[in-house]
Amino acid sequence: MKKLINSVETVEDEMVQGLVKAYPKYLSKLDCGNVVVRANKKEGKVALISGGGSGHEPAHAGYVGEGMLDAAVAGAVFTSPTPDQIFEGIKAIATDAGVLMVIKNYTGDVMNFEMAGEMAEMEGISVKQVVVNDDVAVEDSLYTVGRRGVAGTVFVHKIAGALAETGASLDEVQAVAQKVIDNVRTMGAAIAPCTVPASGKPGFELAEDEMEVGIGIHGEPGTHREKIMTANDITDHLLEKILADIDYSGSEVAVMINGSGATPLMELYIINNRVADVLAEKGIKVVETFVGEYMTSIEMAGFSISLLKLDDQMKELLAAKADTPAFKA
Amino acid sequence: MTDQKKVVEILLSVYKVLDENKEFLTDLDNVIGDGDHGINMARGFAEIEKQADALVGKDIGNILKTVGMTLVSKVGGSSGPLYGTAFMKAGMTIGAKTEIDMNDFLGALEVAIEGVKARGKSTTGEKTMLDAMVPALDAMKAAAADDADTKAIFDAGIKAAEAGVEYTKEIIATKGRASYVGERSIGHQDPGATSFTLILTEISKAY
Repeated sequence: MKKLINSVETVEDEMVQGLVKAYPKYLSKLDCGNVVVRANKKEGKVALISGGGSGHEPAHAGYVGEGMLDAAVAGAVFTSPTPDQIFEGIKAIATDAGVLMVIKNYTGDVMNFEMAGEMAEMEGISVKQVVVNDDVAVEDSLYTVGRRGVAGTVFVHKIAGALAETGASLDEVQAVAQKVIDNVRTMGAAIAPCTVPASGKPGFELAEDEMEVGIGIHGEPGTHREKIMTANDITDHLLEKILADIDYSGSEVAVMINGSGATPLMELYIINNRVADVLAEKGIKVVETFVGEYMTSIEMAGFSISLLKLDDQMKELLAAKADTPAFKA
Repeated sequence: MTDQKKVVEILLSVYKVLDENKEFLTDLDNVIGDGDHGINMARGFAEIEKQADALVGKDIGNILKTVGMTLVSKVGGSSGPLYGTAFMKAGMTIGAKTEIDMNDFLGALEVAIEGVKARGKSTTGEKTMLDAMVPALDAMKAAAADDADTKAIFDAGIKAAEAGVEYTKEIIATKGRASYVGERSIGHQDPGATSFTLILTEISKAY
């Protein structure tokens, strides 16, 4: 394993400190641990908190700022943060309007955030939550843990954050966050794995001519392995799964081509070239496209495609002002 | 009978065995999950080792509650809340006792398992730690009902837990991150069921 780190034990702490030092205008860090909050707390609005394991940078702390999140909690690499960490974040940002927790659907994240939410309720803070599950690679079933939350989470941050900024109520902010979740679908693939620093070994191994399809964002294997395809073929395959999941026909969408950490923009643009052509062919109108690293998996070489089906409210909120280190609108 | 001092000694030997098996558990997790189980368990119990001196002075219920809260607050992921809940529930059941016997242990284990089911919204057959825990408890209760001695009761539990680990190789994961690999999870044992078996085996060695 070759990484530009000082020690595996200090990766998360030093990463968060470096981020906060880069953006003092936007961010400050709580003393109790890796909890990043807005440098200037805004009273009177619903506060949004999200987070998860580290290794997804710029998610989530990069989205703390005006029009998006009020706090982001970073756990160990690919490991959900603990309830007391999340609870400290909630306490720091809580206003009379309440707090919305944006949780990605993983067993650990849901358990730890729910425990933190219970602790906050005991302190008289009103807390609601949404659980993002946009990954179509995984079968959605009542009998399983269900789909993962992946890059579509960034759209939830953006749109719910924009509504919260207008002074909307906790119920309204939760409802729009849920609307985004109901209308966003994502799927990804990778051509090279990533290595969790503390483990020192790649999450899976791929031969030179193989790719992993249906990957998550934690270096875990995908749903299946195939011989490597051209950018167009893998894009078609992922789009086919996404478009089969909800009816996008005749609708307006926002597109996110998300890099997993080691995929050059050159390749992401090639993928978007195909996505744009396929959507145009199908009569789906792209309102806005985001190409870049939004929800990474350390140094994995791979990408995901997210499609958010928009209505007028979501369109307006997507375009509303956002001023954060990693997302500006 | 087991007193506070012995409980703390057992916890320290559990830390040792988890630390020794850190890579093994992490490798198991790498195949079907996200490769952090061994690292996380060792990290959590390392915190407990730091508190060992303070723990000896507490009653057994409080020792176990402290262990549970430490795991919840230091580990994160899934193993933190799940094992943390298990120890907290066990501690609440045992209460202010300073000595426990096999009956107390089995009663606490039962409540701990119920806690894991509730926290993880899970049950047996889903390729989780419960597939080792539940059969182990059942076998130990049956052996205790037959008036077996302590060693025989633990042996029955370990055998059932090991069989449970083997069983997790045959089934598809429907809970936890292993569920994302679907059928590819077949053939691989569950890391949580494995760590539980390691812990139970380590506890038994104290007798």
